[in-house]
Amino acid sequence: MVWDWLPTYAARFVEGFWITVQLFSLSLTFGFLLAIPIGLVQVTGPKWLGLIARGYCTLFRGTPLLIQLWLLYYGLGSIFPHFPALRESVIWPILIAAFPYAVVAFSLSVAAYEGHVMAGAFRSVPKNELEAGRAFGMGRFTLLWRIWLPRALQNVLPTLAGEAVLTLKSVPLASTITVFGVYGVGSIVRQDTYLIYEPLLFIAFIYLCLTGILVSLFGWLERRVPSESMK
Amino acid sequence: MNILKSLLASAVVAAGLGTSASAEIKLGLDSANYEPFYSRGADGEWTGWEIEIGNALCAAMEEDCTWVPIAWDGIIPALTAKKIDAIVGSMSITEERQKTISFSDKYYNTPAALIAAKTSDITSVADLAGKNIGVQVSTTHENYVNANFADGSNVKIYQDFNEHNFDLVAGRVDAVVADSLALSPFLQSSDGSAFEVKMNFKDDAIFGIGVGAGIRKEDTDLLAKFNAAIAKIRADGTYDAISAKYFDFDIYGG
Repeated sequence: MVWDWLPTYAARFVEGFWITVQLFSLSLTFGFLLAIPIGLVQVTGPKWLGLIARGYCTLFRGTPLLIQLWLLYYGLGSIFPHFPALRESVIWPILIAAFPYAVVAFSLSVAAYEGHVMAGAFRSVPKNELEAGRAFGMGRFTLLWRIWLPRALQNVLPTLAGEAVLTLKSVPLASTITVFGVYGVGSIVRQDTYLIYEPLLFIAFIYLCLTGILVSLFGWLERRVPSESMK
Repeated sequence: MNILKSLLASAVVAAGLGTSASAEIKLGLDSANYEPFYSRGADGEWTGWEIEIGNALCAAMEEDCTWVPIAWDGIIPALTAKKIDAIVGSMSITEERQKTISFSDKYYNTPAALIAAKTSDITSVADLAGKNIGVQVSTTHENYVNANFADGSNVKIYQDFNEHNFDLVAGRVDAVVADSLALSPFLQSSDGSAFEVKMNFKDDAIFGIGVGAGIRKEDTDLLAKFNAAIAKIRADGTYDAISAKYFDFDIYGG
């Protein structure tokens, strides 16, 4: 085992670590915020909106994330030359950065997986609890915020935790569009030093730590939410 | 008993033959296209200057060769793990790489080039300040860019040669630094026609003396064979005949 490269690349690993953490947490947040309406319309209707939401989930769950990422980054990029005015526009600095594309692609993917989970979760909340809420005079949004969403989340937190872990482990894909997170830096080490195992083991170790932290966070959340058995 | 003896004898003969007319040499190259040196057509066949040179070297060595495409970041590990016997894939000879593997004598050497849009105001190194420069990861070009432009410019690294060209066309980078010859098919394509070579770079310390065949350190016999074969095709005109089909100048680089 050769580890003498570690000090040389330490600063780049720290930078990559933050990129990984930022990409993951932003995607998870945006993705989840999207997942709530995507799940909800599949239960409440209107029917055409529910169908679109289901179609979205099927499309994004059914195609590789790598292809979605490339279609978004290189696909959109290939259209830019046809609109020279874009280069003068205020959004150009965002369009030429790679990180926003990664966040969008990962958020859309998270929204599809968690949207599907949330649809089932909303459906599983007993009707009579919602009726009780309405009988108390709750409006639609109060009902959603106070009863429907918390009760739905309570049922699926472990599933969401699993989806989040899978998303975290997809983050290395972003290195293919120049977003060099922990994995990207590790592959630079691999190509610079021709070492195979050490950089890979190091990347694996960091992901293991991140997954551990994530699982404990979800565990803490689950303990805060009262479950059926604790009633 | 006799049958067993003769079987044993023929096995020994077969084993003997196996070493003298040694098994075919596996030549490794990048699995991604690197025109005009090597590219894989729709029929799956590899073509290009380096493929023809590689085949000519094998003919000069009187060996059978096969081409084995391998992802670039794993090509040296593949050599040391004996999945291939030689890297004939436009690999520059560098000190860093020589710590792990040996190289034959160079078989070509081309200058690095910086390309940008014809309309771009980049004409000298000073103009690169504040610009986005695209370069492929873990190449001599990346080392050169990091050593010379990293302070004033924004260096963007790519896993693949074609990706920085995509982003140059898209406008995400203002310039790309890569091998001048590898860039030429791109500059001739419809996407690349709006771009041109703005500068050439020469730096022996970084770019090395050229491209050689990468060979395992312990395979000194194979190394000697490659060097003899390179000298032979240089001397008998095979090298120039192949090169004339692809380039209008001396690819050997003096």
